[in-house]
Amino acid sequence: MIRFVDVHKSYRVDGKDIPALQPFSLDIADGEVFGIIGHSGAGKSTLIRLINLLERPSGGSILIDGTEMTALGDAALRAQRRRIGMIFQHFNLLSSQTVADNIAFPLRLAGETDAGKIKARVDELLRRVGLEAHASKYPAQLSGGQKQRVGIARALANRPSILLCDEATSALDPQTTASVLELLAEINRELKLTIVLITHEMDVVRRVCDRVAVLDAGRIVEHGAVADVFLHPRHPTTRRFVNEALPEEAAGELAPYTHVPGRILRLSFRGEATWTPALGRVARDTGVDFNILAGRIDRIKDLPYGQLTLAMQGSGVDQALVALRAAGIEIEELNR
Amino acid sequence: MSAPLLQSLFPNIDDWAELGHACIDTLLMLGGSLALTVLIGLPLGVLLYLTGKGQLREMPKLYAALSLVVNILRSIPFIILMIVLMPLTYVLVGTKLGIRGAIPPLVIGAAPFFARLVETALREVQRGVIEASQAMGASTWQIVRHVLLPEARGGLIAGTTVTAIALVGYTAMGGAIGAGGLGDLAYRYGYLSYKSDYMFVTVVLLIVLVQLLQMVGDRVVARFAGNRQ
Repeated sequence: MIRFVDVHKSYRVDGKDIPALQPFSLDIADGEVFGIIGHSGAGKSTLIRLINLLERPSGGSILIDGTEMTALGDAALRAQRRRIGMIFQHFNLLSSQTVADNIAFPLRLAGETDAGKIKARVDELLRRVGLEAHASKYPAQLSGGQKQRVGIARALANRPSILLCDEATSALDPQTTASVLELLAEINRELKLTIVLITHEMDVVRRVCDRVAVLDAGRIVEHGAVADVFLHPRHPTTRRFVNEALPEEAAGELAPYTHVPGRILRLSFRGEATWTPALGRVARDTGVDFNILAGRIDRIKDLPYGQLTLAMQGSGVDQALVALRAAGIEIEELNR
Repeated sequence: MSAPLLQSLFPNIDDWAELGHACIDTLLMLGGSLALTVLIGLPLGVLLYLTGKGQLREMPKLYAALSLVVNILRSIPFIILMIVLMPLTYVLVGTKLGIRGAIPPLVIGAAPFFARLVETALREVQRGVIEASQAMGASTWQIVRHVLLPEARGGLIAGTTVTAIALVGYTAMGGAIGAGGLGDLAYRYGYLSYKSDYMFVTVVLLIVLVQLLQMVGDRVVARFAGNRQ
């Protein structure tokens, strides 16, 4: 478990303290994928670097499995860092070393000298990330997605229990992003690794994260299960992120529908409710008419969800809402 | 080229063997001083880099002190540095003359210059790569040895070439005050005795030497640079 207690960070610039992160407390559980989303400058790079102490907090306490990170001496900190893998937006591979040597690098840093053991581990990691054929290439000869796979293999070399992802897909095209995220999800599932990722894309959070914290100007403004935050964003910054992920839906904004007659409702289905024909049944039973204004059915990680914006008319609307809620559908009225 | 032809082209050069010796002396001075310059300048450059602002081992006072010494040594014209250092040279190698006497001032003159080139080359290494190594639990020494030096080797080799060429110039200057080598011949015969053919031949030899050094340096850089972004 990663535990932040009253952690804050400010930078000293020209004799003045510039706050980067306001005091916050946060727990990240073992084996979960935890996303931190924020615009650039919100403090997410600083936050993720507090975990392996690439940035030292100005105050507060950072505990990893009960170990107070800020109290560690140099050698102990280096030993702890070997248990925390990290991947980066720009990959940060050694350009003078081959793929295999890049992956072997953390093993050698940790003092492994047995060439046979190193090779066996490197081969295993190459297979995991699907780069068996590229062992003797140099980073410059690889595509962005392949470079990130090397980064992931390197991060996993010392069998860490935590993997930090610093905008790991931000420099990749959408297809490559999807395949890298899939690999991360697979690693999380199979190795039971805790993953902490920072991103500015809600879509990344939606695809792989279990929980998310939204960071705005150095402050965690909202956090919780991705489905809750994603379907019911409260803070304006969260809304903006959700809107980016759901452009046609406009996530519950009333503005485009003010001229539409009837009551404007937003229905959220989650899990099994997504697959039941509740809406049609309720409409038949209560005699209401509805008109779909916007909608989407997708997944949040492994959870299917649907979100429909409807205009509903007729005398039985109140009755319909009760029936829909009874079927496990969450409803918000946008024009009430 | 036959001996009579050489005789007619360069009438004042009566002892070609002396010229050959001078060449060898220059090469020995160059080789010896370059090796020592790299040996001293490389760690000095690494230290300058590490203690610099915002770097791994930021130490503003040490950096300022090192920087000052380097700047002072670099701002003294080499011929004056050589004269100033004569007592020290005598203490270090037991003579002020010849190849041995030339090497201490050559090294003291060139090492600070090389150290600056090393510092500049190391600054070109991407910060992210260093950060990634820190995140992997690398110590400062491991980062220097396994990240900074290999990643910067193109720049380091180019810096060595530039330094070697600067040293060729220094050895020639050293010739004027008793170091021997091609500079000595050019100065004694070419300048003091008006034998312009000596001047011509030594200058041509120096040009050839510099060209060779640059070519070799560029080749080596290209070999290592082939795999890089």
